Amino acid sequence: MAPKVPPQPTLEQSTAAAEAGHGHAHEAPPKGIMRWLLTTNHKEIGTMYLIFSLIMFFIGGIFALVVRLELFQPGMQFVNPEFFNQMTTMHGLIMVFAAVMPAFTGLANWMIPLQIGAPDMALPRLNNFSFWLLPVAFGLLLSTLFMPGGGPNFGWTFYAPLSTTYAPPSTTFFILSLHIAGISSILGAINIIATILNMRAPGMRMMDMPLFVWTWLITSFLLIAVMPVLAGVITMMLMDINFGTSFFNAAGGGDPVLFQHLFWFFGHPEVYIMILPAFGIVSAIIPAFARKRLFGYASMVYATGAIAVLSFLVWGHHMFVVGMPLAAQLFFMYATMLIAVPTGVKIFNWVTTLFRGSISFEPPMLFALAFVVLFTIGGFSGLMLAIAPADFQYHDTYFVVAHFHYVLVPGAIFSIIAAVYFWLPKWTGHYPNVRLAQWHFWLSVISVNLTFFPMHFSGLAGMPRRIPDYALQFADFNMVSSIGAFMFGFSQLLFVAVIVMCVRGGQKAPAAAWGEFADDLEWSVPSPAPLHTFETPPTFKRPAH
Amino acid sequence: MSQDDNEVRQAGVRRTVWRSVAALVGMFAFAWALVPLYDVFCRVTGINGQVDTTAQALVHDDVDESRMVTVQFITRNGSGLPWRLDVETRQVRLHPGQTSEVNFTFSNQSRSENWARAVPSVTPNTATRHVRKSSCFCFEEQLLQAGERVEMPLVFQLDRDLPPEVTTVTLVYTLYPVEGKTQKLQAGVKLDEGGEA
Ligand code: HEM
Ligand SMILES: [Cu+2]
Repeated sequence: MAPKVPPQPTLEQSTAAAEAGHGHAHEAPPKGIMRWLLTTNHKEIGTMYLIFSLIMFFIGGIFALVVRLELFQPGMQFVNPEFFNQMTTMHGLIMVFAAVMPAFTGLANWMIPLQIGAPDMALPRLNNFSFWLLPVAFGLLLSTLFMPGGGPNFGWTFYAPLSTTYAPPSTTFFILSLHIAGISSILGAINIIATILNMRAPGMRMMDMPLFVWTWLITSFLLIAVMPVLAGVITMMLMDINFGTSFFNAAGGGDPVLFQHLFWFFGHPEVYIMILPAFGIVSAIIPAFARKRLFGYASMVYATGAIAVLSFLVWGHHMFVVGMPLAAQLFFMYATMLIAVPTGVKIFNWVTTLFRGSISFEPPMLFALAFVVLFTIGGFSGLMLAIAPADFQYHDTYFVVAHFHYVLVPGAIFSIIAAVYFWLPKWTGHYPNVRLAQWHFWLSVISVNLTFFPMHFSGLAGMPRRIPDYALQFADFNMVSSIGAFMFGFSQLLFVAVIVMCVRGGQKAPAAAWGEFADDLEWSVPSPAPLHTFETPPTFKRPAH
Repeated sequence: MSQDDNEVRQAGVRRTVWRSVAALVGMFAFAWALVPLYDVFCRVTGINGQVDTTAQALVHDDVDESRMVTVQFITRNGSGLPWRLDVETRQVRLHPGQTSEVNFTFSNQSRSENWARAVPSVTPNTATRHVRKSSCFCFEEQLLQAGERVEMPLVFQLDRDLPPEVTTVTLVYTLYPVEGKTQKLQAGVKLDEGGEA
């Protein structure tokens, strides 16, 4: 499968263009470590976010492999149940808050100013601060593993009273680290909203913005709406643990079910925070390699908005079994199914864009296509879980684990990989190595399905989630899952190899690296993008749709 | 870019930031407001089996003799309190509107005096609002001396509006320690009789 790469400008041309980007005189940045500690440049901060999340992706991945190693066979072989619980919890927390969310924020930092023709983010110093909060937060969180009593062991959803009355002593540090990470996300969101609303190139209306910008704008609103609720709920936990209050303690007149309501009021919008930017990425990649305009731009925007609004009304689908009244179960069931409508609109638009397109299969496109197919499978299992009476059986089984891993791994994570392959030419000036990226792709799709598809079956057969040992009849499914997981984990080393090679060298990329259908503003600046771009705002020309 | 444009931009950024901060403060306050709202919501609708813990008048006059309802009692001990809560009968059958009295026995099996409270819950929650209690140990916290046993009555009635599909009502009482007060006791602080409840 030979990739079709558009005609290349000569080396002289692209360096000349890069030279032209350096029109302004800038003070030389400080040298060494201080440069990274103090930078206010959106590209450097974006790079730091991306590297941070890649490191965290591997740390979270190692935790997952500890879990899969123990589950390779029934019986207890490698770790004790207490440590197993810490591994499942830390895996979830790190992947959600330290890998997926910062990766999207890093992409936003790099690409939003470039896509709207702004010289930088609206609040560059705040931007630096939001990034540096993250290593503090997650350094603290990881350090709890070495504290007496161990790290958090109550699941990434930290249900009270497991996380209050029965929690390890390190829980106070867990709360602190989540507070810091939350502040970081909030500041990032404010910055992104301020940038998008105020810094667009003259002539660019809201409905001219690329979809990645739109989806991030809506994601930022979600963050501003729900991160304070998370902050509130962990503060209540802190008070229950340390100051003798009883928000979630039945003995003192509180209610643990209240915890679940508050958590999922944050938690469901949070899962959309992890997928809306992915929708934006895929909406940029598919038209570029299908060589057609995106079908239904406006409906994409409205569908994203509808998903965001509805996401506040469905938190109860995580709590069907707590003993809700019938009316509430019906409400949450129908509201959840309603979300499938705007989601379906999106899938329809992507498929229609592909229809009769002149498709080529460069690495970003491979991951974007896998996203469409595999995310849809995750959506279907979500619909099954949304059926309240069926969820009574599926809840807290591996079926739920299969569902959310399908939407998060071949969903959110594949979209991030696709974005990296798509924008690497802009970042480094080189195309990623196609051969290696293809190996990375095929190993990843095969192993991701090997890992998570059998979990549907073990879940339907009744295997509970979050257990270190299981009944014999689940042995085969688990062995397959474990083999797949190790394959997936090691395949990601290829991803690192491709990135490192691409930074070092490779086939030179022109400004418009992916041809005429990837024509948002970022493709008008030279590749690699110079440190400072759009210091004089470009005039935005509306492409003929 | 001209100086003017830049100022317009900066003003816009400031406005966006303040609006976002206002939204953040609002949502943080909303999260805390949900705590009392949730409580009120559960009490008004009876969801979650939360019942009034204040005495209610019994409506004595008209008993609905056309149907019988089974009322079950379950007692549980939460969080390792060295107490027992027993009930003289596990279930009674009665007509809606009829008043019934059931005795519960609290016994402190430890060597120290301490405070505890029995927290009630009703299932199914459609019955919650129809359980009327005129007297219940669950209205207040109890103080028991080491080894003491106390018998206390529950006087209650199911009102006539109990939905017809409800044929069994379960009342669960869970014993919880009142830790703050117990610690004060052990530290030798004198408490008023009856406590704050
Ligand atoms: C059509 C769309 C979707 C529907 C109908 C849906 C439905 C559901 C339901 C009903 C559950 C609860 C299952 C249970 O605990 O018994 C659930 C769990 C979950 N969903 Fe989805 N979902 C959808 C899309 C997504 C997306 C896009 C994401 C994230 C990117 C996501 C992430 C999760 C996660 C993380 C959980 C598990 C939370 C936990 O208990 O640890 N879902 N979903
Ligand atoms: Cu949800």
